[in-house]
Parts: sequence; C-alpha cells; structure tokens
Amino acid sequence: MNGSLATWLYAVTAAPEDGAPPRGLTGVADEPVRLVESAGLAAVVGSVPLADFGEDALRDHLEDLEWLERTARAHHRVINGAAGHGQVIPLRFATLYHDDDRVRAMLEERRDDFTATLRRVAGRTEWGVKAYVDPRSFLPDPDEPAGGEESPGTAYLMRRRAQRQDQETAHLRATERAEEIHAALAALAVATAAHPPQDTALAAYEGWMVLNNSYLVPDALGAEFTALVTDLGERYPAITLEVSGPWPPYSFTAPPKRAGDAQPEETPS
Amino acid sequence: MTRAIERREVALVDLLDRVLAGGVVIAGEITLSIADIDLVRISLRALIASVRVENEEAGEGDLHDRREGGPP
Repeated sequence: MNGSLATWLYAVTAAPEDGAPPRGLTGVADEPVRLVESAGLAAVVGSVPLADFGEDALRDHLEDLEWLERTARAHHRVINGAAGHGQVIPLRFATLYHDDDRVRAMLEERRDDFTATLRRVAGRTEWGVKAYVDPRSFLPDPDEPAGGEESPGTAYLMRRRAQRQDQETAHLRATERAEEIHAALAALAVATAAHPPQDTALAAYEGWMVLNNSYLVPDALGAEFTALVTDLGERYPAITLEVSGPWPPYSFTAPPKRAGDAQPEETPS
Repeated sequence: MTRAIERREVALVDLLDRVLAGGVVIAGEITLSIADIDLVRISLRALIASVRVENEEAGEGDLHDRREGGPP
C-alpha cells in the first residue's frame, strides 16, 4: 500500500493483561485491528489510508450511502467484537489521528474520564426501544360534526380546523402513552438517552414515531427489560414497540448530568 | 403490540443513531473541521436523498395522501 496512513479509532478499553488485540477483526479499510496502549488503557485502532479517510475524502464519502453503510457497519463490527473481550467505550465514527503516538498522548490526557466512563458502563448494556403509532388510533371519537347551516366554505374551514384539533389531540394522547411506557422502562435502567424520531422514509414506517430511546440496563436485568417491552406492547395494543440490542454503550459515553440524572455514581457491582 | 425483530444485522437507521451521534467525541486531528453536527447532517442528507430516489423509482407516491385523510 502506498501513501500515508492515519489511525482510525474504534473504542477504548482497559488494557488487556496479555496485551493481545482482538483476533481476526478487520476494520473500516479491511485493515487488521490492533491495540495502542497507554496509561492502563487500550485504544482499539486500525491504520487506514489517508487517500480514502482524509478530511476531503471523508466528506465526499459521507454523501455516498453505500460507503456510509459499509463503513458504519465495519466500525460497529469492530466495537462489538472488542466488546466480546471486555468493557468498551465506543468512539464516535470518523475519529482519526495522524499516528499512534498521538493516540497514546490522548489516552494519557483523558485517562480519568475514560476510567470513570468504563466504571459507569461496566456490567450494563444499552437497549434501544422505539414506539410507533397510527395516528388514527388516537383520534377522538367522531362526534356529530358541529353546525349545519353554514355556507359550504365555512363548513369546510370548520371541518379543517376540527381535523387539525383532532390531530393535535391524537398526538397528545399518543405522547402521553409513550411517556408512560418510557417511565416503566426507565425504572429498570440506570440511565436513559433520547434520540430524535427517525425519518419516515429511512426507517420505513408510517404514522408517528413517539419514542426512540436508549436505556442503559444492568446486565442482570436484561431479560427482564426485554420481557417488559413485550408486556408493554400487550398493555398498549395501539402502540407498536420495537426493541433493539444489546448495543455497546454508544449513547452513554458522556458524563452524566450533575443534577436530576437517574443514578448517583455507585460502587460497581 | 411488539414487533419481533429477527434481523441478522442491525437496522442501518438504528446504527446511525448511535454511530454518528453517539460514542465519545474526541477532537481527532484529521476530522477536526468536520463538526459533529456536520457528520450527522451530511450523512443523513445523503441517506434521505437516496431513499427518496428509491421510493420514487418504485412508484409509490401515495404515502402523503394518507396524512390528510383524517379518520376513515
């Protein structure tokens, strides 16, 4: 391979005792994955050609759906693979350094943050839950249409206004149910994170996505959590629930907010 | 209702929610000027554009009509 290389970062883990990289994993450029260790931590990295992963090249590639899908899946595959060997902290897609020395320096500099995050996510797993509704299921009962003597134009406008109000009512009702579902799920989680509703075309659904959340759940409660999703799906037949996971803790790498956030730091079990 | 998911691989949209918007953000050296928000926006723009094209090619245009329909 000609040309210069850059170091693509996948994840940070505690340095393994044997120092061995996860076997058989290949990364976003089909490159073998290796470890860069420092400060008791290890970065899971690969060397990728700058020609494909430099800033300009990346910018172009990001507009290419096939490239994006292939590369995002490769990034995830490495993180997932590394997670099989120990707790990982996933790094944001497209984190690149010029060389391994810079990576080591970064690990040293951020050791305290990484160590705290590793402690916080240890023994816990991210689960995703989405909820969809068909707005029609939440519309108010169609009362007698109001009025009778108006001109056709007025009647039309009133009907339109009533429809709009009905939509708002339906949305409110659906959102309230989603909040109840979220509260029930959050009771089993040590932290939650909200994602924006997904694009209807991308996610191929109709109606409204009223929940798109991640839950950080203690491993011991994982089965209970997925069973609860099923229960909730039965309790709320008008809402379609979809669970995804287990995920590496992508959505829980930021330090928890000071006040209000679910759980105070505890000693890891 | 709960939809059983039996995909061999995770759904791309769910993956992108996490891979592009999650994970630790370190100002790497090379993508320094591709801010987070850009990463998501650029990629989603590409995705949405390509999905729209696919849908149009498939000739399914009546998705939007349903919205206006109100209660049946």
